[in-house]
Amino acid sequence: MATAANAAGHGAGKKGAHDPHDAPPVLKVYDPPKELEREPLVLNNRSLGWITDTIAGICEKPMPKWWWPAFIVSVGGMGMMFSLVAYLISTGVGVWGLNQPADWAWDITNFVFWIGIGHAGTLISAVLFLLRQKWRTSINRAAEAMTLFAVACAGIFPVVHTGRVWFALYPGFLFPVPNANGIWPQFRSPLLWDVFAVSTYGTVSLLFWYVGLIPDLATLRDRSKSLLRKLGYGFFALGWTNSNRHWSNYEKAYLIFAGLSTPLVLSVHSIVSFDFAVSQVPGWHTTIFPPYFVAGAIFSGFGMVLTLLIPLRALFNLHDIITTRHIELMCKVILATGSIVGYAYGMEFFIAWYGGSPYELYAFKNRAFGPYWWAYWSMITCNVISPHLFWSRTLRTSPLFVWFVSIVVNIGMWFERFVIIVTSLHRDYLPSSWGYFTPSWVDVFTFVGSFGLFMTLFLLFIRFLPVIAISEVKAVTPQADPHHPLGGAKGHH
Amino acid sequence: MSSSVSRPHGLLAEFETPADVMNAAIRCRDAGFTKWDVYTPFPIHGMDDAMGVKKSQVGWFTFVGGVTGFTTGMTMIWFMNKFDYPLVVGGKPLFTPLYAFPVSYELTILLGAFATLFGMLFLNRLPKFYNPLLKVERFKRASDDRFFVCIEATDPKYASEATRQFLADECHAAAIEYVEE
Repeated sequence: MATAANAAGHGAGKKGAHDPHDAPPVLKVYDPPKELEREPLVLNNRSLGWITDTIAGICEKPMPKWWWPAFIVSVGGMGMMFSLVAYLISTGVGVWGLNQPADWAWDITNFVFWIGIGHAGTLISAVLFLLRQKWRTSINRAAEAMTLFAVACAGIFPVVHTGRVWFALYPGFLFPVPNANGIWPQFRSPLLWDVFAVSTYGTVSLLFWYVGLIPDLATLRDRSKSLLRKLGYGFFALGWTNSNRHWSNYEKAYLIFAGLSTPLVLSVHSIVSFDFAVSQVPGWHTTIFPPYFVAGAIFSGFGMVLTLLIPLRALFNLHDIITTRHIELMCKVILATGSIVGYAYGMEFFIAWYGGSPYELYAFKNRAFGPYWWAYWSMITCNVISPHLFWSRTLRTSPLFVWFVSIVVNIGMWFERFVIIVTSLHRDYLPSSWGYFTPSWVDVFTFVGSFGLFMTLFLLFIRFLPVIAISEVKAVTPQADPHHPLGGAKGHH
Repeated sequence: MSSSVSRPHGLLAEFETPADVMNAAIRCRDAGFTKWDVYTPFPIHGMDDAMGVKKSQVGWFTFVGGVTGFTTGMTMIWFMNKFDYPLVVGGKPLFTPLYAFPVSYELTILLGAFATLFGMLFLNRLPKFYNPLLKVERFKRASDDRFFVCIEATDPKYASEATRQFLADECHAAAIEYVEE
């Protein structure tokens, strides 16, 4: 392997060749030093068959003992959320704690929180694909599933916060459906841009996820023992045969999906931030919002990916596929995006002072030292301090510690949205209209219940679909490479 | 057996490694077969060249979908807010491409994505729920850890015995199986 003998003979001893140099006819090539060798993406030289058996095995065998209790608790939470939504719709938005001047509170906080979480899934599936980050293959399926379920949770809040939801859905104040008055939605409002951004995001994420699933559904179909599974997986596999003529179009489509999802994911949270930035409210009306929101979304999303995948990896013994290196790399993304978020917090304060608007400056002083100081400093502790623990390799490689920090990140990012929304609204230009928002029990339990919906969907995903992209993981192993000895390559290499 | 005569679908050859199937693909291409395909559990880098498959045309579908989405967005917003029911809101212009852009941008991506998915399925002639290969027991490993080449009987160069010989001697197949339609 070390010497490339094939260099010999080329040009050596030809008639009319250049003057002979001192260069030897055969170049000596050294193996790279040990410390530069990359850790393999699948550990312990696992075979292709092992990868299929391990991943497909999870949804073929009966679920482990913890699954049912976890599922029942999640369904309970989901039921609680939907009951409270029914209570809200039948009674009115007065069951929530929000009122003038804080007309947006937990509803929009929860919306931005959930939609932000989704962003990590798309970043992993699209942006890391375009950047040729092969380690994404071990985590993209679960992360994309998380995206879809987070968008489902997010979608509920803006719809129900309208109060009379039937006006939002049918006569077309959100979606342009012709109504009796002939009035169309007005597209000058970022709130309407948001409707299109979020619904496009949910739909395209679903399509991308499904495209990725097709080959794996074919694998499950081919392994099915029961007729029901064969029909179920077979139907959604669409008759996929792993033909290379199909793979050729498939890979192109996958690349295009990644190319479409990248500008999409950047636009979605930018447009979410326009909901605030386009308004005149001090504390909201800032140009830094789009990049700052996108970074925060990825930060919180990777937090949630780690919160889900670290237990998943331990419970299903996936240590050879989701390796310590994967966890470390995700921690580095958290460190990078967390630093951007920290910078944005600082820059907001600087501009509030430098910009010379007394209202803006007051909004920020009020955030840090006003009645909601506890929310602000919770946010700073969770989002600015905790990611910097990941400078330490020892901490990054300790799954339990990483899991703990990932939850702290999520708490911090929820507080960030609460701080932005409520502290800006509760005291704006007119002191006589100032107020203090306190959530009602309905606010609290609706939000808690949304985790039930999220976990119900995620547990069903584990139960029925491959949690890791089987064909994609195979493709990054050395035995998939026809030019590698493990892939059957013969000859001097 | 009933009166129906079984028609041949083709010859299926099994291989154990990506390198072997790649080598077989090069030989099939050079032998001038046209109705044949390689089946692998994951896309193999370089296989398109080895088979002589042309660049995928999916991108054109995406392009048409994207242009349609953008045009739809702009036209819809102009129609609704300026033409059909003009309403002045906040003293802003009735129509400008600037405020119509975010929604048109999202629709570009939305319709582009749908066109990509359906374009890919159309080019692959999917969904297709009947395929003789899926009845072959050993072919189940095409989605697991084995690699296959199938030369179809409709290929002008297909000749039952000679093709079997070719797959065995020149392609070094690990196993060869005759597949009925």
